[in-house]
Amino acid sequence: MAGTGIGARVERKEDFRFITGKGNYTDDINREGQTHAFFLRSPHAHATIKSIDTSKAAAMPGVVGILTGADIEKDKVGGLICGWMIHNKDGSPMRAGAHPALAQGKVRYVGDHVAVVIAETLAEAKDAAEAIVVDYGKLAPVVDLATATKKGNPVIHDAAPDNQVYDWHLGDKAATEAAFKKAKHITKIDLVNNRLIPNAMEPRAAVGDYNAGEEAFTLYTTSQNPHVARLVLSAFIGIAPEHKLRVIAPDVGGGFGSKIFIYAEETVCVWAAKKVGRPVKWVADRTEEFLSIAHGRDHATHAEMAMDENGKILGLRVKTRANLGAYLSTFSSSVPTYLYAPLLSGQYNIPAIYAEVEAVYTNTAPVDAYRGAGRPEATFVIERIVEVAARELGMDPAAFRRKNFIKAFPHQTPVIMCYDVGDYDASLKKAMEIHDVKGFAKRKRESAKAGKLRGLGYSAYIEACGIAPSAAVGSLGAGVGLWESAEVRVNPVGTVEVLTGSHSHGQGHETTFAQLVAGRLGIPIENVSIVHGDTDKVQMGMGTYGSRSGAVGMSAIVKALDKVEAKAKKVASFVLEASEADIDFKDGKFSVKGTDKSVDFASVALQAYIAHKFTGEQLEPGLKEGAFYDPTNFTFPSGVHIAEIEIDPQTGVTTVAKWTAVDDFGVIINPMIVEGQVHGGIAQGIGQAMLEGAFYDAGGQLLTASYMDYAMPRADDLPSFRVDHTTTPCPSNPLGIKGCGEAGAIASPAAMINAITDALGHETIAMPATPQAVWRAAQASLAKAAE
Amino acid sequence: MYNFNYHRPSTLRQANGLVGKVEDNKLLGGGQTLLPTMKQRLASPAALIDLSAIPELSGIEQKGRNLVIGATTTHAEVASSDLVKAAIPGFAALAGGIGDPHVRHKGTIGGSIANNDPAADYPAACLALGATIVTNKRRIAAGDFFTGMFSTALDEGEIITKVIVPTGAKFAYTKFRNPASRYAMVGVAVAKKGAKVAVAVTGAGSDGVFRWADAEAALGKRFNPKALDGVKTPDAKDLNGDIHASADYRSHLIGVMTRRAVTAASGK
Ligand SMILES: Cc1cc2nc3c(=O)[nH]c(=O)nc-3n(C[C@H](O)[C@H](O)[C@H](O)COP(=O)(O)OP(=O)(O)OC[C@H]3O[C@@H](n4cnc5c(N)ncnc54)[C@H](O)[C@@H]3O)c2cc1C
Repeated sequence: MAGTGIGARVERKEDFRFITGKGNYTDDINREGQTHAFFLRSPHAHATIKSIDTSKAAAMPGVVGILTGADIEKDKVGGLICGWMIHNKDGSPMRAGAHPALAQGKVRYVGDHVAVVIAETLAEAKDAAEAIVVDYGKLAPVVDLATATKKGNPVIHDAAPDNQVYDWHLGDKAATEAAFKKAKHITKIDLVNNRLIPNAMEPRAAVGDYNAGEEAFTLYTTSQNPHVARLVLSAFIGIAPEHKLRVIAPDVGGGFGSKIFIYAEETVCVWAAKKVGRPVKWVADRTEEFLSIAHGRDHATHAEMAMDENGKILGLRVKTRANLGAYLSTFSSSVPTYLYAPLLSGQYNIPAIYAEVEAVYTNTAPVDAYRGAGRPEATFVIERIVEVAARELGMDPAAFRRKNFIKAFPHQTPVIMCYDVGDYDASLKKAMEIHDVKGFAKRKRESAKAGKLRGLGYSAYIEACGIAPSAAVGSLGAGVGLWESAEVRVNPVGTVEVLTGSHSHGQGHETTFAQLVAGRLGIPIENVSIVHGDTDKVQMGMGTYGSRSGAVGMSAIVKALDKVEAKAKKVASFVLEASEADIDFKDGKFSVKGTDKSVDFASVALQAYIAHKFTGEQLEPGLKEGAFYDPTNFTFPSGVHIAEIEIDPQTGVTTVAKWTAVDDFGVIINPMIVEGQVHGGIAQGIGQAMLEGAFYDAGGQLLTASYMDYAMPRADDLPSFRVDHTTTPCPSNPLGIKGCGEAGAIASPAAMINAITDALGHETIAMPATPQAVWRAAQASLAKAAE
Repeated sequence: MYNFNYHRPSTLRQANGLVGKVEDNKLLGGGQTLLPTMKQRLASPAALIDLSAIPELSGIEQKGRNLVIGATTTHAEVASSDLVKAAIPGFAALAGGIGDPHVRHKGTIGGSIANNDPAADYPAACLALGATIVTNKRRIAAGDFFTGMFSTALDEGEIITKVIVPTGAKFAYTKFRNPASRYAMVGVAVAKKGAKVAVAVTGAGSDGVFRWADAEAALGKRFNPKALDGVKTPDAKDLNGDIHASADYRSHLIGVMTRRAVTAASGK
């Protein structure tokens, strides 16, 4: 499509400044008199702090101040919070331990925050940190997810005596048991969703500033949701009331969920700025990120699926243990529960589902939402078990899926979700055509000739985006509403500023939001700028995560644009001397029905401000409207990914030979940006499936604390992706958008593992399926074949 | 990083003088290993003596049947050198497979050899090709130079000035990359000159680069991958195991990578 409106491949407006080094990231911000913070972190996974002696360190050159948990206590700085209450099976609340920004009496993971040194330079802060003497009383650590709740284990938080955070369930147990009684075939699988460490290009950073004259704080921080940060820092942590605390999240270089959360370091920087009377800056180095950013995933699951004699799915039961790490991070509790189990129905008509989730504390970094948050875990369970079931039944995996697809909408699953619309057959069919699944057998033979094993794997995923109706999430335990806000400010010359509560940190909102506005108002896209990420500019917002900025954030803009248009029509009616009901607005022009009288948008904007054509009694001057939009449902992006891989059985090296993705994202604003989101998501999913994994040793030391050991996907690990779409517009928002930010990462791990196990004829392979793991599985399957 | 003094001699003589005089110094090649270690505060020399401004330490020459490579010659220079590509193409390819473009344009052959990282590439090639390491004091055969992981025959204050690499062998280096770091998880260099075959293995040995004698004997009789059928790969107990690869997997990979190196060296 030509032009710049919805559907056009408009180049990203923000990229010029990013690729020419003109971005303004938190680390680029330097305040007058700024000091530098360095966090002394725990070298132990689990220990009491008997004493901290800072006297020698405090006397070292350049040291401005040293703060510890005792100062936090003295100043009554509140603990970091977990904003989603989960209830146990018996109705009692989850067991949450305190989460102080600086450790009080105990450290609970390697990287935990013991003290902060604030000095003139970072090097001086580090020197002084080395001189702090901490007397630790080492405790045995709890590291292993499987045995974390074993009787007699060391206790991590007194509030959770068996290290269990909650024991939660969803679905109808009795109905599911009954379904299994009727079953002709039951498929069982055990799988692990490996722990990942988010690696945004920009590590976390914060600058805290305090203006003593105004008694006001400013925090510059790498956040995906600065308003939520301000709310938490004000209402719960107690830094300052909201009108005395400004939070700015300037350019942010990627988040993937990890920058949603309110962290110890930013809290300490803003609090310490007042204490030392100078701005305090902290920038994480990469190893600090590995150690202390919220990790993702880390589930162990047993799942069983019941089928009748025709391969129709009757029921599903799932038992998952989720590792939440040493403390409950901001939204951690919701990830293995309400962001996970409600998606276990996948694209399938499953009459009965019962899911149980036990979440545990361990002496490892906190775990929270990471690209997909719960949905990749759910998709991995359902798409693996469906694949294994088809193979056990001797059915073609695509045919088995098709047989069990939901075909009528709306569809109420047994696990909360009501799918509004979709056409799962259409995306499967299109993906199979594009991929040339028919030619696979031939390609497999060619691989075999070269001594290689070829495999093909599907993933027919569904996810829930655009979170979400505030009342609905509130009833499930969320501490906040999940609406979004927008304000459209039309300037007298007809240019437009759009203030949004969404936050762009790679998504390209400055382009896509401007496409919507320019198209709707019929003005050049250059005349639109998008303002976000500053609590002093945007009044309130919920931020960006869960692929919600299109479906929810842009819907709020649409609502505000509706109001702008209505007001502008009133202005135009005075300008054109016609009745308001006779004014049409199209392609940037207001015209009087049935006449050739018209006036363009910019002229109307000017008239709105000079206000010569109407009196104050007739109409308020100005052209500025705001809106809050609360969605009526989740949105349900879905699609099919097909992975085709080739294995060198001698080494275990797996090459991704071919990848096809056909997604249904509803209406697409900018296909180029959507493709980019899908590419990045698939790269992350392939990373999870083949390369990435966070490993702790038995003592709780992180073995993968740098790129020497944590394998990120690189360009040459990936094939060229074929990305295409089918479209069923989303009925629950005005633009028909479903969301695309996480789909790639949600779909791809299952497709990869299904392809690898297809090639190997062997169902057990853990992620990451490294060359070593694949080689072992290949040996096992060759041995089995030889029997 | 801690503070340190920085010296940048422009002749080898000046460097020799500084090495003996400056307290607690370390030589700086490309800094690709030393500087990250200093940034992490794992090394804290009081002074660095940067060798990069000494013209006589850099460059590549063909001298008779040898290639002579100056110690501060970067991996990128070796990889793109027409001389190296013509004389020992596998050696140029090895250099082109080290790290990433940044590392290749800063890192030097002298630094790599002096560091003798157990997963580095050059040591295997030097050992297989029978290179000679020339220092400001003496000449050391590669076989005597690499004495264990991160350790070499270099004395305190000894500066590698050049590496002499004999040409005329059939040579190939095959590298199985560590999926994260892309250093060698197993790297095998095979060189055949006349009837003599040398096989050197990096990335796998629990004490650094080593020669695989059984393979050399078998390939000496018949230079063909099939000659290795039935030859037991190095014992896992002498090999490294870590989260990326257990010792038995490394042992297996040595067999695979050696066969592939033989095939490549044979020009098939
Ligand atoms: C991201 C990354 C990836 C890498 N990947 C690989 C890889 O795949 N394969 C591989 O082999 N290497 C790899 N390396 C290491 C790289 O090759 C380094 O360049 C090399 O190990 C050291 O060389 P340098 O010139 O940088 O030495 P420096 O870091 O400057 O010095 C290393 C050591 O050698 C000493 N030294 C330096 N020059 C001399 C000399 N002339 N005489 C005596 N002592 C000297 C120094 O004092 C120091 O102890 C990688 C490095 C990085 C950062």
